[in-house]
Amino acid sequence: MLKIDISSLPLLYEKIASLYPLVLPIKKANEVNYDKYSNGAEVSLFTLKTNKSPKDMFFPQTEDLMKFKVDGQKIEIIDTRKEAQPFVVMGVKACDYKAFEVLDRVFLVDPIDTYYKTKREAGIIITLACDRPEESCFCKAFNIDASSPLGDITTWKVGDKLFWKANTQKGKDLTEKIKDLFTEGDEKTVEKAKQEITETISKLPFSNIDVNALSKDEMLDTFKSDKWSKLSEACLGCGTCTFVCPTCQCFDIREFNANDKIMRFRCWDSCMYKDFTKTAGGQPRPTQMQRFRQRFMHKLVYYPENNDGLYSCVGCGRCVKKCPSHLNIVKVIKAFGGEKK
Amino acid sequence: MQEKLESLMQELALKKIASGEVDRVLAWKKGESYFDVSPAIFKESFDGFTYNAFCGANLSKFLVEETKKEGKVLVFLKPCDTYSFNQLLSEHRINREKVYVVGIECQGKLDINKVYAKGIDGILDIEETDSELKIKTIYGDKTVKKDEVFSVKCETCKSKKLVVFDEKIVLNEMKDNKEKRFDIVEKLESMTEEERFAFWQAELSKCIRCNACRNVCPACTCTNCVFDNNKSGIAGKANADSFEEKLYHIIRAFHVAGRCTDCGECSRVCPQGIPLHLINRKIIKDMNTNYGEYQAGETVTPLNPIVDFKKDDVEANTVVGGKK
Amino acid sequence: MQEIEKKEHKPLIVAFCCNWCSYAGADLAGSSRLSYPANVKIIRVPCSCRVNPIFILKAFQRGADGVILCGCHPGDCHYSTGNFHTRRRMGILFSLLNYFGIEKERTRIEWVSAAEGQKFSLVMNDFAKTICSLGENRRLEDLRCKKN
Repeated sequence: MLKIDISSLPLLYEKIASLYPLVLPIKKANEVNYDKYSNGAEVSLFTLKTNKSPKDMFFPQTEDLMKFKVDGQKIEIIDTRKEAQPFVVMGVKACDYKAFEVLDRVFLVDPIDTYYKTKREAGIIITLACDRPEESCFCKAFNIDASSPLGDITTWKVGDKLFWKANTQKGKDLTEKIKDLFTEGDEKTVEKAKQEITETISKLPFSNIDVNALSKDEMLDTFKSDKWSKLSEACLGCGTCTFVCPTCQCFDIREFNANDKIMRFRCWDSCMYKDFTKTAGGQPRPTQMQRFRQRFMHKLVYYPENNDGLYSCVGCGRCVKKCPSHLNIVKVIKAFGGEKK
Repeated sequence: MQEKLESLMQELALKKIASGEVDRVLAWKKGESYFDVSPAIFKESFDGFTYNAFCGANLSKFLVEETKKEGKVLVFLKPCDTYSFNQLLSEHRINREKVYVVGIECQGKLDINKVYAKGIDGILDIEETDSELKIKTIYGDKTVKKDEVFSVKCETCKSKKLVVFDEKIVLNEMKDNKEKRFDIVEKLESMTEEERFAFWQAELSKCIRCNACRNVCPACTCTNCVFDNNKSGIAGKANADSFEEKLYHIIRAFHVAGRCTDCGECSRVCPQGIPLHLINRKIIKDMNTNYGEYQAGETVTPLNPIVDFKKDDVEANTVVGGKK
Repeated sequence: MQEIEKKEHKPLIVAFCCNWCSYAGADLAGSSRLSYPANVKIIRVPCSCRVNPIFILKAFQRGADGVILCGCHPGDCHYSTGNFHTRRRMGILFSLLNYFGIEKERTRIEWVSAAEGQKFSLVMNDFAKTICSLGENRRLEDLRCKKN
């Protein structure tokens, strides 16, 4: 266990950034999102909830897949794939870290998504324990311990110190390179802080959520339930919830004709959009209620069914905070009886 | 005061339903907490019926779909929502016969994000008084003055006039704040082109193309938006290049030009806090200065400055008024 | 010689010209042997009010450094009122582009009749000169469309 003064964190950022590209929560135009560190950037490491999740670092919102050049009858295909260079993501919270596991089970099973895989392997993840959870947090419902996240390195903010512990070989190697910035830390202080966090979490308003209630029902009953139309009544059909979500993984593949070449890229898609999974045959879910249902059935029923009971929600609460109509997964879970009495 | 208003509204709604004059009510419903408020339809049960300082959502857009259904709907509209309602009537998007409009008092709506920005988190409950919010959090109790956390659209309220209603519930005098309406636009205009570019580049680069601004906008009621139409050549789901964001926001603002009532919903819903209303406000300001004062939605009229003209209009090149 | 040419930025200008006036004006300029810069690319439109704001933005996206719109003199529209509408719309649009920080000289609207070959040539030469001095359009560009 190592520690560093919070006041000397800028030195740490500089040092890491001199070794690898460093990504961490940065405040830009009043909003905090994960962004690449550069000298003078306004780092806001202790912001609990960035607007967008760090999913972007491994599964960017838009990503070039390949390029074509058309010359008369000839089509030249240009491979744009490249090996990702090692990079560091700092300040990842427990829920967002758990979300990587959800994404891994989608992108790293056969057929393996190489675009995702190279980035995932190159990334060194430094997690940060939550010291001040908010009312929209409900990670506990998914058995996530916000006080001790995993990752290559785990950090804790206790008072004016940041405690630092390497978990994996990647983390240890990084720590070795920068260790002259740290002093030896006391394990007990962190243990005490962890306990305090756990206590705070139990006081949160959503601490009474029990997700298992949904899967107890017959799946088809949930699907056919007439509750969905009431639940989705105010849904605007925007993609906010899906784009701020750390686990949403649906994407669309599109092409852009750029004067002399054609670029094929993929970009996040949202099941809330009316052209989601639209084919020549039409739209399989023509109403907003059906699309709304799809999102929550996927997260709470279909995904766990295929992935040993792992829910595709990590309780980060971003959708709770950001939905323009205040519809969210908590209301859905509660409507289906997922509330401990 | 707030409770009184709320109970009067509910009383009226129940009365109208009981008399069979309307068969459902479009209002706001309280969710998990005081500020967690969604638009909702009430029929038999009025559980969760609420009207408080966090009922910012403009209900007029929901009427586009609601009036396609059978039966008459009672709707509660705040002053700024009545402008949108009129505008939608002008565009024949709402069937007036199927709506019973109740104009209600609004003393300005609040933005919970501004409460968070004050470092208040872990909110369990909020108690609202006329000028304050008493907030109970897991980290202790806090008090916030309402006028410090006004939603952006209410900071510079253009009008507290109910321009259309069948009945109104107003207990206290309402004050607008329109003097400051164009302040920020003017500030931007006085910047150099380079500074303005930097400002918008920083703001728009946050855009995640979630389309919330479009979907909530009462002026955006096209059944198939040009940005969703694959054949339009500009359909984009992605923020692949900073150009895409500018294209989207410029075209969207231009498309609602003359029809935008400045209800500010776009800025309220933006998950990335982009001040989108400033784009629309610039257009409104330009139209006011060059083509005469106009407020969309004030009356039901098919004409607006962008579809109208005068033979002696100023030349287009001279409308551009920003600093070099 | 070739190298020098490469270094110098050659601006691309898109001119939307009304079929009934400015397009004929361009013709007249040609037949009167009045020159206008070769980097002005003319797109013929049935009326200046046919120009949708998307056209202008797309022109910039595809690499235009300046966009000029030419129509009939107000009052002379072939369809009676088309250019009156253009005048309002483009006034708002150009002002909005400028609000976003796009240099105001990059967009212009001019009224050129079929008889004004000389005016056409003067306007285009002047606009090309302005755009040349502004240099490459960097604020409303799509990096994907730039050659690499």
